[in-house]
Amino acid sequence: MKRIIALFLAALMVFALAACGAKNDNADKNDDAGKTEASDFKVGAIYINSKNDTAGYTFAHHNGITTAMKELGLDVDKQLFIVDEVPEDKEQVLAAIDTLVGKGVNIIFGISFGYIDAMEEAAGEYEDVIFSHATGYKSNETNFNNYFGRAYQARYLAGIAAGLKSLEIGNNNVGYVAAYGTEYAETASGINGFALGVQAVNPDATVYVKNLGAWADEVNESAFAKELIESYNCGVISQHCDSAQPQIAAQNAGVYGCGYNSDMTKDAPEAHLTAAIWHWNVYYATAMQAAMDCGSADKFVSTMGSSAYYGGLKEEFVDVSPLSENCVEGTDKAIEAVRKLMVDGEWDVFSGVKLTVTADGVVTKTDAALVDNAGNEIVAAGGESVEDSVITGTMNYFVAGVKEA
Amino acid sequence: MDKVGVITSFIHNIVVYNIPLLYGTVGEIMVEKSGSLNLGVEGTMAVGAIFGYIFGCYANSLGLGIVSAFLLGALCGLLFAVLTVSFQANQNITGLTLTTFGLGIYFFVGNGLKASGWPAMNDYENVKEGFEEISIPLLSKIPVVGEGLFSHNIFVYLGILIAIAMWWYLKHTPMGLRLRAVGENPGAADSVGINVKLMKYIHICIGCGIMGIGGYYMALNMSGSFNSSCWINGYGWIAVALVIFANWSPAVAILGTFVFGFFNTLRASGTSLANAFPEALGWLADIPTQLYQALPFIITAIVLVVTSIRNKRGSSGLPAALGLNYFREER
Repeated sequence: MKRIIALFLAALMVFALAACGAKNDNADKNDDAGKTEASDFKVGAIYINSKNDTAGYTFAHHNGITTAMKELGLDVDKQLFIVDEVPEDKEQVLAAIDTLVGKGVNIIFGISFGYIDAMEEAAGEYEDVIFSHATGYKSNETNFNNYFGRAYQARYLAGIAAGLKSLEIGNNNVGYVAAYGTEYAETASGINGFALGVQAVNPDATVYVKNLGAWADEVNESAFAKELIESYNCGVISQHCDSAQPQIAAQNAGVYGCGYNSDMTKDAPEAHLTAAIWHWNVYYATAMQAAMDCGSADKFVSTMGSSAYYGGLKEEFVDVSPLSENCVEGTDKAIEAVRKLMVDGEWDVFSGVKLTVTADGVVTKTDAALVDNAGNEIVAAGGESVEDSVITGTMNYFVAGVKEA
Repeated sequence: MDKVGVITSFIHNIVVYNIPLLYGTVGEIMVEKSGSLNLGVEGTMAVGAIFGYIFGCYANSLGLGIVSAFLLGALCGLLFAVLTVSFQANQNITGLTLTTFGLGIYFFVGNGLKASGWPAMNDYENVKEGFEEISIPLLSKIPVVGEGLFSHNIFVYLGILIAIAMWWYLKHTPMGLRLRAVGENPGAADSVGINVKLMKYIHICIGCGIMGIGGYYMALNMSGSFNSSCWINGYGWIAVALVIFANWSPAVAILGTFVFGFFNTLRASGTSLANAFPEALGWLADIPTQLYQALPFIITAIVLVVTSIRNKRGSSGLPAALGLNYFREER
């Protein structure tokens, strides 16, 4: 008798599960019709670090997502679902995606590069959910895109501020604490953009790059900056790392610096000039609006217009933080003049046209080949800018004037 | 490039960035000499760091910061002692738990305070000035090495003093002898009237307090800039290995700290040395950073092998009862 009851209960459970599943399917089908109402829209996010961070990469994205949601009138408490502290491990990312899909989210943002394969696989499996991957290069034609920004443009502007400062203090050595060097196009393009910005003002400057070999390593970020100042006699320190340690080291040594990711003037008020920063909310608002407008997930990429979003100064996706009082007089004019060229699309950083910028904001264009630091010509004099795919994927060289330290 | 300057700054950085290892190691030696293996060094240092920094800033006093780092570290030790000495919990697991717990407290307090108003070190004159470098007269004038070795902040001198005092204490005082007896054979120590539990409690707490000061140093060395990564950054774990390297001697720990520090600092300074002396040290630049990153751990592995060979020859400082809980009724 017991067995029969057990069998009956088991069968009941199976039916109950099936019923639940069917209900979900119906709900999803309803969503397909026309636009998604803002009140029905659910956002999912997968973070590499804790959502409670108060600084750093995850913080920047979390801040961007919540800001964008508030702009669009979405309720962060009820409509945002987060799985955080997910390492770059395919199984764990897939599990996080399953969790979010189970919550019924319409779009999933994955912020770390290593999520790439899991997101590609999941995009094929869950065709009614949108997948959007930061810093990656994979995508499809329907529900999977990637997004990143032209940080090199902002770094070029920061480079101008650094170059003017180097002229003022009469020190042609500029330091750069980088998470990685030529291993990643992201870091290489940032270093090159910054170096070209410095050279636009101070053609004699050398940018010494120290490669951390890690995205975050606070102790060495400090030690590397100190080393650049003490051993290489650098007078301005720029950085591609999250913490403000290089700027603090610059302040302690009485030199200057350009930060990254956030306005670091508060961390090193006597040293910081300006920082290359991101406005992630610009992309997140664009993507969420598109996800609501497109009606069904398979039309997301066509609504966005491209499977790769690559915003720059023009979209205000990247920018420089407000110039501090440490900047040389006239820095603002010089930066605005160059910014206008890039916003108007008249000129871009990695092209065969070189800018010469003076402190009073006079910009002159001259045709000059873009050459790497081994002497190879990248772009001929007067040539067009290198392809976006090079800047995001295959830029594995430093431009002339950059030295590994 | 200023060639002499490169060497001086290399030596200086070896000390500046690795002195927390000395605090961690000396603290752990004291704990282990009482027969307790505490793997919670990382967590204890983190707790000392965050509270030392916060209280030090609020009181605008470096001294008070050191005292609070010590007390909060000791409190972690007390927790460990209650669990392992009184309640006989497994020492390895308790230690690992203490690390997780300490790091959790660190981020909980740090993130919470960051949201409401983080104290910036620059605003607290006494803390900032107290942390400035003090040059020892005459010695710091020695060419090349003088400024590298004898121009440091107060913590460096304090750390060396603590290590020497600890060596003296273990080797030349009756109390130190009793402590070693407890670590070697608590049953025998008990039978001659030594209060084993009390000895363990006191020394675990003091040892953890010393680790806490090391954490506080790291907080100040990072200029109190709180981010999403921890100031301690694995130093606690290296300290556990350094104890073995030092063969449980606080005096050798000083040497061990600088040997480890040498390899640790090569990562930042290796290419500078290569550029300054291209003929002699040019090869340093060809070593990939990944190898530099792995170096401290490769050295640890080599040290462990060498130590185990040495131990077979019977000259180990390893306390015989290390890691074993002492329960009187089972004597």
